[in-house]
Amino acid sequence: MTTNTLKLVVVGHVDDGKSTLIGRLLYETDSLPDGKLAELKAVSLKRNMPLEWSFVLDAFQAERDQAITIDTSQIMINRPGRQVTIIDAPGHIEFLKNMVSGAASADAAFLLVDASEGVRQQTRRHAYFLNFLGIQQVVVIVNKMDLVQYCEEKFNQVKANIIAHLQEVGITPQAIIPVSAREGDMLSARSTHMQWYQGVTVLDAMDNLVATDRIDSGFLRFPVQDVYKFDERRIIAGRVESGVLRVGDDILISPSNQMAKVNSIETWHAEKQVEARAGESIGITLDKQLFVERGDVVSHLENPPMLTTVFRATLFWLGHDSIVLNKTYKMKLLTREVNVIVQSIEYEIDTESLQKNKVEQLRKNQCGEVILRVQELLPVDEYHSLKHTGRFVLVDAYEIVAGGMISMKGFPNQRTLLEKRPSNLTQVKHYVTYDMRQQRSGHRGGVLWFTGLSGAGKSTLAMALEQMLFLKGYQVYTLDGDNIRSGLNSNLGFTPEDRAENIRRIGEVSALFADAGFVCVTAFISPYQADRNKVRRMLAQGMFHEIYIKADLEHCEERDPKGLYKKARKGEIAEFTGISAPYEAPLNPELIIDTVQLTVEQSVNRILEYVKETFAYSSTAEVVV
Amino acid sequence: MNKLKELEAQSIYILREAYNRVKPLAMLWSLGKDSNVLLWLARKAFFGHVPFTTILLDTGNELDEVYAFRDEYVKKWNLTYINAECPPIEETDPSLPPKTRAAARKTLGLKRVIEQHQFKGILLGIRRDEQAIRSKERVFSPRHESGEWKFRDQPLEFWDQYKTDFVTGTHLRIHPLLAWTELDIWEYIKQENIPVVPLYFARNGMRYRSLGEKDITHPIVSNAATLDEIISELKTTKQPERAGRAMDHEQEDAFEKLRSSGYM
Repeated sequence: MTTNTLKLVVVGHVDDGKSTLIGRLLYETDSLPDGKLAELKAVSLKRNMPLEWSFVLDAFQAERDQAITIDTSQIMINRPGRQVTIIDAPGHIEFLKNMVSGAASADAAFLLVDASEGVRQQTRRHAYFLNFLGIQQVVVIVNKMDLVQYCEEKFNQVKANIIAHLQEVGITPQAIIPVSAREGDMLSARSTHMQWYQGVTVLDAMDNLVATDRIDSGFLRFPVQDVYKFDERRIIAGRVESGVLRVGDDILISPSNQMAKVNSIETWHAEKQVEARAGESIGITLDKQLFVERGDVVSHLENPPMLTTVFRATLFWLGHDSIVLNKTYKMKLLTREVNVIVQSIEYEIDTESLQKNKVEQLRKNQCGEVILRVQELLPVDEYHSLKHTGRFVLVDAYEIVAGGMISMKGFPNQRTLLEKRPSNLTQVKHYVTYDMRQQRSGHRGGVLWFTGLSGAGKSTLAMALEQMLFLKGYQVYTLDGDNIRSGLNSNLGFTPEDRAENIRRIGEVSALFADAGFVCVTAFISPYQADRNKVRRMLAQGMFHEIYIKADLEHCEERDPKGLYKKARKGEIAEFTGISAPYEAPLNPELIIDTVQLTVEQSVNRILEYVKETFAYSSTAEVVV
Repeated sequence: MNKLKELEAQSIYILREAYNRVKPLAMLWSLGKDSNVLLWLARKAFFGHVPFTTILLDTGNELDEVYAFRDEYVKKWNLTYINAECPPIEETDPSLPPKTRAAARKTLGLKRVIEQHQFKGILLGIRRDEQAIRSKERVFSPRHESGEWKFRDQPLEFWDQYKTDFVTGTHLRIHPLLAWTELDIWEYIKQENIPVVPLYFARNGMRYRSLGEKDITHPIVSNAATLDEIISELKTTKQPERAGRAMDHEQEDAFEKLRSSGYM
């Protein structure tokens, strides 16, 4: 049985001699089939060229005629004890997507540099992409030493340059080798032309590389690929992406948060299995009937994926058209397909200079950071902790246009906000019912949830409204930053987790007020739709009234009652809504109050009318709790 | 995981993606070693079932043992099967060299059966190591209405995310065995005890290494009469696998022309 194949990609600037190196390596390792050499000679002769090694891989007529590699190609080299799959990746910028298609599956890379040209645009770009794709084993081959008369000084110069660049990218090369692929120097045999070089040859370096396997040690992730019912069994099929799954394990299904036990691992024409490791394509049955579908992620109860509706992503954009702000794309994350909206484009990373630039858009072949948003809770992992489940692609009009890596920096794990409800509580029945409270106060209870930018007029309107309602005999109370932040939430700061917890507590408190029969007014920016929806779900149906206090950023900034916008513009306040953090206008608010058009008095009257209509007491009004 | 287990798991993953994303789906079953392995992997993926149609592109000129094998295993494996008859050589592109034209009959037969049954995905057992042009293939490879392969602008394919969205009128060729080598195939056949057409085993110093139609496929000189002998022969041979397939060798770009017009 052969051991694992090493997958090795060869990258570098166009014309630096990648295909030639591979052709020559095939020859020197005796990996060419019979007749191939004769065929190459004939084909080269036909084009009036000296023997062209690159024709082994450049199989397309167009590739041979133009002497460039258009698409990625794979070929085997036999080494003692294992096979090496060599992936030839095109160096021309126009074919970057083919380079990515080739390189993404590699365990290791040869990065070629032309000794006479030094480090060039695609050398830098490819180095960046290697790191991006998670390829950490890199050997640098300084090719065409024959063109610089095998000059040691020249080699050292190129070597210093490439080391400096790789260091910035985050790669430590395993070796840097002076080579002439065409002449066969330092490939398998040491070169008589370069006695000054004491390091490894190309083949030695190749033999030192290791095939990187999937890691069993990570947390269990088993994304559901399909559910089969070909016979009496209901089999959940998929591949274990990380960790180990065993029969009898208690598992959690995300995002639906259902739990079950693994009943069996199903196989055909194979021994009965009790455990499955990372990389295995398997099928399982559960101890109970649950609604499970493609895209769900199975994990253990401990360390499940995070749940979120918003996340950060480093993207490489390869689509013909630029990425468009606020546009919806299809995201494929493991087996899940979901629509994402580009909420913001944070910056572009220049893959040559590695500078971060503020940009309006990412164009073809550019990299950058974006914030993406989805409608429903999405199970995600961060790329730096679980590689296979923390990355995704974007699809636009039938084509894959980008690859991306997930980071949750700045965003809370919304799972922690959903859970943590003590389960050993039993509810005690009140003798005073909600209906009795309504009867006494003469109106229904509920929450008027004001949302809007800082300076839109939430607090002003809330306080004025509270006064008017009180005068009209309503039971009313306003929750705002001052009475909440100084007491109940005095232990919370402004991290994303704390912000989310802040809103959750306000939601719970407002729900108590509403249940007590009060009209509860809240005045918080509450920028995320998902957070507001969460509060809506805490309350009985019809009790949550989302009121959008609407004013555009320009007006709010002009008003700036607390001087906060000025500070934010100077960069003194981080993550300030509207400036450096997003605000999501309500999708379906119960009421919109446009404070640019209306005076304070008009606005309050409008809300009063709304309260009169919707909070009117009726003994028959059914309240679903 | 050892190499065969890794290849098996990856191919099963691809088969399941195809079955979930692309409907209706069919598989070309040439009855050669590769497509038998593919069929076996499908039964692994779908727990003993083959939930799609199998097709033989029949030129009427296949080797007798191939027909016998088909008749036996369509029943034994309970396959949904279409025998797709290929149009005569007169209907192929006359600018192609003669043996390439004979092979092009299959291209026409394939087009016809796809049109007739409106298949959106065709599973094929081709491998990268067979032929330099095939080594540039994608796992999910779109074909235009005419069956044409636009090899200059192939889709992005990485991180096991495949092109599963496509315009009406196009179809996908899906290649679950792309990463396998000829040696892997035989080692897997041995490990799993998968039945193959007996022509692969040497008789009187000759055996077939690759099966095609009668007039354009030739046996090679070999004494490998068992699975073990075939495996050890492959470990040392320097003969290309398709040496006995005449159509590959008529012109430098014969195979490229065949493939870009829709050949497998």
